[in-house]
Parts: sequence; structure tokens; C-alpha cells
Amino acid sequence: MSDPRSPLWEVFVRPRSGLEHKHAGSVHATDARMALEHARDLYTRRGEGVSLWVVRSSDIVASDPAEADELFEPARDKIYRHPTFYEIPEEVKTL
Amino acid sequence: MYAQALDQPEGHRECASADGAALEARFLSRVASEQKVEPKDWMPERYRRTLIRQISQHAHSEIVGMLPEGNWITRAPSLKRKAILMAKVQDEGGHGAYLYAAAETLGAAREDLIEQLLSGAAKYSSIFNYPTPTWADVGAIGWLVDGAAIMNQIPLCRCSYGPYARAMVRICKEESFHQRQGFEIMLTLARGTPEQRRMAQEALNRWWWPSLMMFGPGDADSKHTADSVRWKIKRFTNDELRQKFVDFTVPQAQFLGLKVPDPELRLDEASGHYRFGAIDWAEFNEVLRGNGPCNRERLAARREAHESGRWVREAAAAYAEKQRARTSAAAA
Amino acid sequence: MSEALPAQAQMTAGGAIGASSLAPDADRAKYVLRLADTSLIVAQQLGAWIGQAPALEEDLGLANIALDLLGQGRLLLAYAGELEGRGRDEDALAFLREPSEFVNVSLAEQPNGDFADTVMRQLLLDAWQIELFEALERSRDERLGQIAAKAVKETRYHLRYSGGWVVRLGDGTAESHERTQQALQRLWPYTAELFDADPLEEALAAAGIGPHPAALAAGWRARLQEVLAEATLILPPPASFRWYGKRGEHNEHLGHLLAEMQILQRTYPGAKW
Repeated sequence: MSDPRSPLWEVFVRPRSGLEHKHAGSVHATDARMALEHARDLYTRRGEGVSLWVVRSSDIVASDPAEADELFEPARDKIYRHPTFYEIPEEVKTL
Repeated sequence: MYAQALDQPEGHRECASADGAALEARFLSRVASEQKVEPKDWMPERYRRTLIRQISQHAHSEIVGMLPEGNWITRAPSLKRKAILMAKVQDEGGHGAYLYAAAETLGAAREDLIEQLLSGAAKYSSIFNYPTPTWADVGAIGWLVDGAAIMNQIPLCRCSYGPYARAMVRICKEESFHQRQGFEIMLTLARGTPEQRRMAQEALNRWWWPSLMMFGPGDADSKHTADSVRWKIKRFTNDELRQKFVDFTVPQAQFLGLKVPDPELRLDEASGHYRFGAIDWAEFNEVLRGNGPCNRERLAARREAHESGRWVREAAAAYAEKQRARTSAAAA
Repeated sequence: MSEALPAQAQMTAGGAIGASSLAPDADRAKYVLRLADTSLIVAQQLGAWIGQAPALEEDLGLANIALDLLGQGRLLLAYAGELEGRGRDEDALAFLREPSEFVNVSLAEQPNGDFADTVMRQLLLDAWQIELFEALERSRDERLGQIAAKAVKETRYHLRYSGGWVVRLGDGTAESHERTQQALQRLWPYTAELFDADPLEEALAAAGIGPHPAALAAGWRARLQEVLAEATLILPPPASFRWYGKRGEHNEHLGHLLAEMQILQRTYPGAKW
């Protein structure tokens, strides 16, 4: 069994100012401060980030792949939500 | 998402029923169409076991692989080389960490995997059971061992299992300097004093054959290849990759002015490939069985680090527990 | 180690300091070498942990600190070599000096011991180096100021790391508390040197090159006490005997450390690596 006293934390890195945090991987740590330090030492050795989030893996709620169809299929056919759906004459500008 | 907590092993039970066959057929067709498998997706139990075995062996190899080169950190011959070597050995630790994290998405706990390494139950790359008696061995490891590893690893960036593939992308990116720094060490030695040239040649003699063995048994004798290829965990066979390595490396050795220790090595003009002599698989199997030059030392070093660190890990856990108790007392 | 020139102290005491009177190069070379050696020796020691740390993540953490310190050491050695003007580069200074020519503070050369010894040594040094580098950022020696400005950021993280671990170990289990208190006890006598000025430091302080060592004591102690209080550790009483590594007076550890570090350069004189 995994040692529950050194749980997993998911690491999110903001690569540059202005970009969103992106999932990078995970680390083990006994406390939040250690998790942040481990994340820094493991995932930003080459200057990959300007900001870090860590969150206990057990606190993440994820969708179930078995439900992927009902969750995500319905959005597929709403093509009118995309700008390319609309035909605008060439001569009309800034639209 | 790579989260151990998201794994629900009981949900992945192999179904012997028609249901199971349908799931497996669907899985295979998804893999065949190059879709990635993610941690919570249904997967055949054998696929899961194969991956846990392969990823954890890979992680162990990175961790044990810190030792032969780590042997030279305190004795690196210049401050620049010391910095490079520290960063490289540190990277190997980092790669071990990425890989353990990928294995954990399959429901394996890192503690258990490390336990298997320390008890001798798990395998790691045999190459790290060879010694590094001279500084040139650090160069030879970077040039040959990392060279062979990269050849093995690049196809793994396209492996069907998402977390493993993503870990490999990161690893391959970071490793690109490892082989180059090794070659640079060899080049400096090869152009150096007679003692340095001798050191470089001896290191090549030590590492050449073990590097060829890193690709694993010949295709005829490899028991895992067929499934792994079908599951798109593996994309080239051992012999294909080994040949590619030899073809790339021999001209590099010639450039260094060093002699590859294989009297049968020759260029086959027709195919453009180098033909090489027979690999001593008896030696490979002996090292695999634990009878290599440094198997005992490597495992003993890992055990020693793990044991001496136990009180530290205990302390960190106890501290975190106290903090939690204080927080909840304050909240109450 | 020769002492600073009295003439220089007089000149700076007069207050008329032009841009060309940054204390003699020889004095600055000696001073910069002290800073360089301390960072280099700690880097060398932390390097020995890589692959042996209590957890994989600590292999990485200690390696990061070692790499920072090695980087500091290299910049400072290169500068010391230039000031010295005898054509010695970073490697000549690192690999071809005798132990008695090394002028790191004695605390830096104390053995790694167990993890408590290492993180305690680091804490004591980090808290001091922060104060030191912050002061050096304002040095009238611009090059030194630039090196310090880079180093101070690194050192703040080092303190975060060492402080975090001293707290966890001090307030962890009974065993870890005991080991950490013992480590503090053992290392404490070597901290007096950090604040005990000698004529070289007096002269460079007067010239506005470096801080007066005594001026760093209060800040150091405050940083230290903050961590030790949280770690439930007790400050030992002042030590009577004082070591002066910075003057080249070392105990037995440094010789072994250098024998290992210098072996290839010593065995193959003149070879390029």
C-alpha cells in the first residue's frame, strides 16, 4: 500500500505570465509546503514556470470515462457555436 | 489527470464474459487507431500489468542509474563538469519520479514499487550493475548508455498509455543534453594525454557490449515483444533498435579515434548496416540473475539510503500529523 | 593569510573614497575567495548526498541547492582569480590549492553526518548568507554586488528548504527532535566565526566593499530563532573555543574533502578535462 502519510499531490505550473496553469504531474509530500517545494524542485528545474499550484490528488473530482458519451457527445453537433459556421461575403470587413 | 485517487482497480476487473471480449475488442481498436489510453479507461488486466512492470522497471533503472555516475560527483575533474554531472544525476532522479508517478496512475503505489526494488523482486536495467572505475566511464555512460536509452525511449513518447507517453516526452526533452555531454567528455579525453586516451579506450571496452545488451534479448527470444507491439507500447523490436544504435555509434567511435571492441565488426556495403559479432547472452543472463559486477553494491546502496532515511520520513509524517491535529483543534 | 594593510584602513577611515579606491585588489581577492570557498565547499558536500537522500524528492532538492552554491562558487572564484591577477582560473583555484589556502568558514566543512546535521548546517549558513548577500548587493564593488544579487534569491529558497526541514525534524518524532538538537549543539561552536571580524573584513567594511561581520549577527539570529522556535529547539550557550576557517585554520575534515575533490587534477597535472 502507498504510505497514506505521504500522499500524492497534483502539480500545476504556469509556464509564463499571462498563461494558465497546466497540469505537469504529481509529487509525494507529507505537507502542503513540502508539496510546493517538491513541485518546484521537480517540475521547474529548467525554468518551466513562474507560478505553481499543488492540490491533494484525493481532492480532485473527475468525470467517469464511461459517461464520456453523455457528457461530451451532445456538444459535438452544435456547430453553430463556431464562427466558421457562418457565411459572410468577402467584402464585409471586421466581422 | 494523473491521480492515484482516481484509480478504481475494482472497476477494471477482467471480465471473462462476452462483455469482456467486447470491451477488449473496443480497446484494441482504439489503440490501433492511435487513441491514447488514460488512467480511468477500461484496459485489459494484462496491459495494465505489463505497463506497471515496464514503467516501474524503467523508474528503478533511473534511480539505480544515479549511482554509477553519482560515484564521480565529488571527484569530477573541473567545476564545469561537476555542475553538469550533478544536474544530470539529478535529472535521472527526476525521471524516476516522473515514471513512478506514471506507474501510480495504474493503481500501483510508489512505496510498494520501491519495496520490490529493494527486496530484489523487481528488475532494473542491468547496465547499471557495471562499475565506473575511472572518469572516462562517466563519459562512456553518457555517450553509449544514454545513447542507447534515448533510442529505446523516443518511440515510447508515442506509447498508447497517455501518462507514460507524456512522461517520456518530458524525459526525452530533458535527456537530450545527457548524451552530448558524454560524447564531449570522451572527445576531450580522446584528444588529451596518452593516459586520458587509454582511459577513454578502456571505458569503451567496458561499456560497448553491455550497451548492446540494453536493447534486450534478440527478437526470437523476447517473450514480451508480441503483445507490446500489438498494444502499441513498443513500436520497434529489440534487434531493430540495436542495429540502429550500432549504425549510429560506430562512426562516432571512429571520429573519436577509439576502437570498438568487436573483431567481427564490419560495414556491410550492400545494406549500409554494420554487422557485429555475437552478443554474450550468458553474461547478460548472469548479470540479470544478480551476478553482475556491482548488483550487490547497487542494491545495498539503495537499501542503505532508504533505511537511513526512514527516521526522516517518519519525522515528516509525524510533523504533518501534529499540524493537522493543531488545525482541527483550532477550528473546533 | 596576511592581514589587510593598515594604510588602507587609514585611507578609508579618512572618508575620501574615490571610485579608484575600492581597497587594493589583493585584499578584495582574499575576501572574495572566502565567499567563494564557503559556497564551493558546501556545494561539494551536498553533491555527496545526490542518490543517497532520505527520499527521491530530497535528492532533487539537495541537488538544486548544490547547483546554486556551485554556481556561486564558480562566479566568485573566477572573480577572485581576476582580482588576484596571477592567471588562476576557477579550476586552478578549486583544484590546485592546499587545504591551508582554503578560506571557507569552518561551518561549511563540517561533515554531512545524518540528514539533521546537513539541514542544520544549511540553516545556519543560509540565514547568514542571506544577511551577507543582502549587504553585498550594496557593495561599492559592482561585480560583487551583481553576484550577490543573484545569490541572495537562491539563498532565500535555500533557507526555505533548510528551515522547513529543521522545523519538521525538530517538531517531528522524539528521535528526530533529539538528532536535530544534537546537530545544533555540534555545529554551534562554528557559528561564532561568522560574526567575528578580522582586519581584512574591517578594512573592506570601511571601504564599503563588504559588511562588517558583526552587523550581520542580529538579522541572522532573528531568522534562526524564528525557525528554531517553530522547531521546538533550544539555542545552545556561546562556545568558548573558536575556529577560523576563513583564515585558513581548518580542522581535519577539509583535507579529506579536498583530497577527494582534487584527485584527478592532482594525479594528471596539466591535463584538460
